[in-house]
Order: sequence, then C-alpha cells, then structure tokens
Amino acid sequence: MINPIDPVVTTTLITPPPGADAKAATTAAPKMSARGLDFYYDKFHALKNVSLDIAERKVTALIGPSGCGKSTLLRIFNRIYSIYPKLEAKGQVLLDGDNILDPKYPLNRLRSKVGMVFQKPVPFPMSIYDNVAYAIRHYEKLSKADMDARVEEALRQGALWDEVKSKLNGSALGLSGGQQQRLCIARAVALKPEVILLDEPTSALDPIATGKIEQLVEELKERYTIAIVTHNMQQASRVSDYTAFMYLGELIEFGDTTTIFENPTKKMTEDYITGRYG
Amino acid sequence: MSDVARQAVADRLYFRRRIVNGVGLVFATLSTGFGLFWLAWILWTTFYTGISALNGKLFTMMTPPPGDEGGLLNAFAGSAMICLLAILIGAPIGIAAGTYLAEYAKKSRLGEAIRFFNDILLSAPSIVLGMFVYTVVVKQVGHYSAFSGSLALALIVLPVVVRTTDEMLKLVPGAMREAGLSLGVPQWKVTVQILYRAALPGIVTGVLLALARISGETAPLLFTAFDNQFWSTNVAQPMASVPVVIYKFAMSADAGWKSLAWAGALIVTLFVLALSLISRAILLRNKVSND
Repeated sequence: MINPIDPVVTTTLITPPPGADAKAATTAAPKMSARGLDFYYDKFHALKNVSLDIAERKVTALIGPSGCGKSTLLRIFNRIYSIYPKLEAKGQVLLDGDNILDPKYPLNRLRSKVGMVFQKPVPFPMSIYDNVAYAIRHYEKLSKADMDARVEEALRQGALWDEVKSKLNGSALGLSGGQQQRLCIARAVALKPEVILLDEPTSALDPIATGKIEQLVEELKERYTIAIVTHNMQQASRVSDYTAFMYLGELIEFGDTTTIFENPTKKMTEDYITGRYG
Repeated sequence: MSDVARQAVADRLYFRRRIVNGVGLVFATLSTGFGLFWLAWILWTTFYTGISALNGKLFTMMTPPPGDEGGLLNAFAGSAMICLLAILIGAPIGIAAGTYLAEYAKKSRLGEAIRFFNDILLSAPSIVLGMFVYTVVVKQVGHYSAFSGSLALALIVLPVVVRTTDEMLKLVPGAMREAGLSLGVPQWKVTVQILYRAALPGIVTGVLLALARISGETAPLLFTAFDNQFWSTNVAQPMASVPVVIYKFAMSADAGWKSLAWAGALIVTLFVLALSLISRAILLRNKVSND
C-alpha cells in the first residue's frame, strides 16, 4: 500500500490545480459526451454515473486498473456491446448533441461515424485491398478508380501504404502484427469516421510497432477525434491531450494529461500513476 | 543419516514408478498393435484381392448377370449421383443450421437442445435412417428410387455438417465479429462474407468427411435406392450403387461376381482414403497460414 515516507508522495502532494474536478469532466469542444452513464453486465454494475467529454480532434486516454470499466466505456461509444445479450447501458452518450443510446439512433450511421480498433489485430481473411475496400462497399458505390484512390488514401493515413503498395492483392494474414494493426486502423479510417476508438491497440505489439502506432495516433488527431484505452502509463502521457482515470466503474479524475500526470488532485490517481497499485 | 534414509525411500519410489511405467508402456503398445493388426489384415486383403480384379472392363461395362463378364460402371455412376445429390440436399441445410447454432442460438437453451438432438442423429444407426425414409417416402410413392436413397444419405450428412460448421465458426475469434460489426456491416453480411471465409477450410472438410462417410453406406440404400442391373440416370427409379452391389455380389457363389465385389471394395476404400487425405491437407494448410 502507500508508504508515507516515499519521496514521490511527499514531493507531489501539492495543491491541486484549479478547475480539475472529476464531476465536471468537461472540455471546451466536446465531440462526444457521456452523461450520467451506468452500465450493467447482467447484474454487475460496471459503470457508475460516469460523465465525461471527448474533445474534438484531441486524444483522450482512458486509464485505470483492469476491470475499472475503461474498455466498457469505450465499447459503449459505438454500441458494440449491444451484440451480446444481458448488457445494458443507462444514461446518455451524446454525439454532436444526439443521444446514441436512443434505440432510434441508426446503428449504421453511428458505426460509420465512430470507428473502432481492437486489442488484437483482426485482419479479415481476404486481400489487403479488400480489407480496406470491404466496408466502403457497404456504404458507397464507387468506380474502380475511385475505390483505388480511397484504398490508397486510407492506407496512407494508416502509415502502411509504402509497405504494402506492391502486394495489395496478397492476403492480409501475411502481414506482421504491427502491420495488421495499422491495416485495422486504415480500415476504420477508410469510412471517413469522425471518432476513432482504440481499445489497447498496442498491447499485442512489440515496442517498435507500438512506436509506429503512437506516431500514427499523433497524425490522426489532426482529422479525427480519438479515444484510447491503455494500460501503458507512458503511452497515455505521450499520446493524449486529456486523461480520464477510472477505478471500480467510477470516473475518479479527468483533466488535461499534463495535469493528471504531474499534478493529480486525487490521491488515488497519483498512486495509480506512480505505480502503487493497479 | 536421515538424508540417506530419505534418499533410499526416493530411490525405491522411483524404481516402482519405472516398473509401473514399463508395464503400462508394454500393454499400451500391445493394444495398439492388436488394433493395427486387424486393420492391416483388412486393408491387405482388400488391396490384394481387389487389385487382381481390377481391369478396364470395370469402368466400361455394366453389372453382369451371374456367369457373364461385366464391370461396375452403372454402380459407380449411381453411387456418384446418389452421393452428390445427398450432399446437395444435406450440406446447405447443415451449413445453415450450423450457422444458426454458432452465430444466433449460441449457448441458449434452444441452441443446446438442438445440439443434443443433432448429436443423437449423428450416432443414429444408418439402417434406422433408411427405414425412416422407406416408411415416409418409398412406401408412399410405391417404389424404390435413387432420390429416396439420397434423402436417407442426406440424413447422415446433415448432422456431420451441422456439427463441423458449428464448431468451425466457434473457432473464429469473437474479435473478428466485433471488427466486422464495428464497421456498421450487418450481422448476416459479417457472417457470410467474413466468418465463412475464415471457417471455410473447416466447413469444406466437414462436407468431405460426410461424403466419405456416405460413400460406403449400404443399409440405408437397401431400403431406398435398391439396385438396378442396368445403366440408369433417372433418380425417380431404382439405381445401382457400389456398396449395394458389393453386398449382393459378395454374398453370391459366382466367382465373377465375387471378384467384382472385391474390386468395388478396393475402389471405395481408395476413394475414402483420398477424401481423408485431402481434408487433412486442407486443414493443415490452413493451420500453417493462420500462424
């Protein structure tokens, strides 16, 4: 537990910065916002009254120990949780002001606006080209030339084009893990979404592949709003503009990343960030 | 001193374990040898006797009357037609049902009940399936037909394909479904366009194994397709098939018929062997490319 004479504790316990308050987890220009969000896995109460904003064209990191609800929260943002029975979200999640939890909100539209990349890279068992073109075909009718251009654009945004341009018709399963994950990002980007959700996108990758993905996230935030779940504290501090710390289904603290990492208000946040539990 | 005593106990225990291990190994090896001995004998007899009966007439002439020269052409063609038709009926229904189990019913009570009954069908004696089709089809229509034979064999194909499709789709990682659905693609499209591709080698293997299983079935055909001494492609009429011809010819006293029965047995055995090798190759190749 906490050691009172630990130098880190004594040096960082200084006055909290003004305006850092978990209950008012708001940002200047929210693209998405959760309002009073509760989530249940059958009877298990996994998210408790969570409210936070995901700022437009910024990177928001969700951190916290395993089981704290950060992935759960991310999976509500495009309603991917709804494919499993007995899961229920209560409250509101607003995307540009519309509540996406409203059953009347078209799922099709939600998922074309809010893309997702998962922990393990999951290329579809088809060619690299088709992996990217697959979802586009579902939404748009494009000529061959237009589709080629879209696929190239998406692969360039996924920082993968130069490595695969000579083997677009080769199987995506032949790519390395890091390349596969960038392909998954390209696939999500190909739909021209507004928000990209990244669920521990580098936890299955080696440090070099991880570095490439982090650099990519940096580039992507010019165009997209990004929310990333990560177990890697350094990663959160490197790539994000805002950080939300969660624990046991509650949002403990939210603020800009520098503040959270250098001047957290809550003792719990500080203990987690400095590695005392989690 | 006590260390020495402990070492002595450990040595005794080790010695005992080695004895038990040795005895176990001997019995296991003997049992394996016992099983393989009969298998080798059966295969050897089939090959030895079958090969001497192989000749060009086998594939060019019809089944002869006793004492005449002839081949098995009508039986080969009949078997091919009956089995192919059985696969065409059984496999699509089986794949659809397996897909329903793996992707929609999942672990629901209904799904588990269907799996249970499917397993019963899987282990049902084939003669029972033949009698069932005889009762509901042959007796109603009033005569034997190749089509009713295909129906009986389709009942054997069905549970095999249901089971393999269900199992193979369950092996596709859940993340792939999530990845597809998170692009906004509806579930049926994700299933048909992504999951089927991932599970295809397994599903094809299931269908091939089902084909191997029915190509040697005799009992269900005796009640349904029956037999036909002549060339026939009319599925509404009785049709010859290799297993039924083997059954009929092997029981006779006629030397020519007996030798044709052996040749037929050899061809069926080789066909099943080839199907097994092909399906193993498909699975193996897929395993390598997945890593």
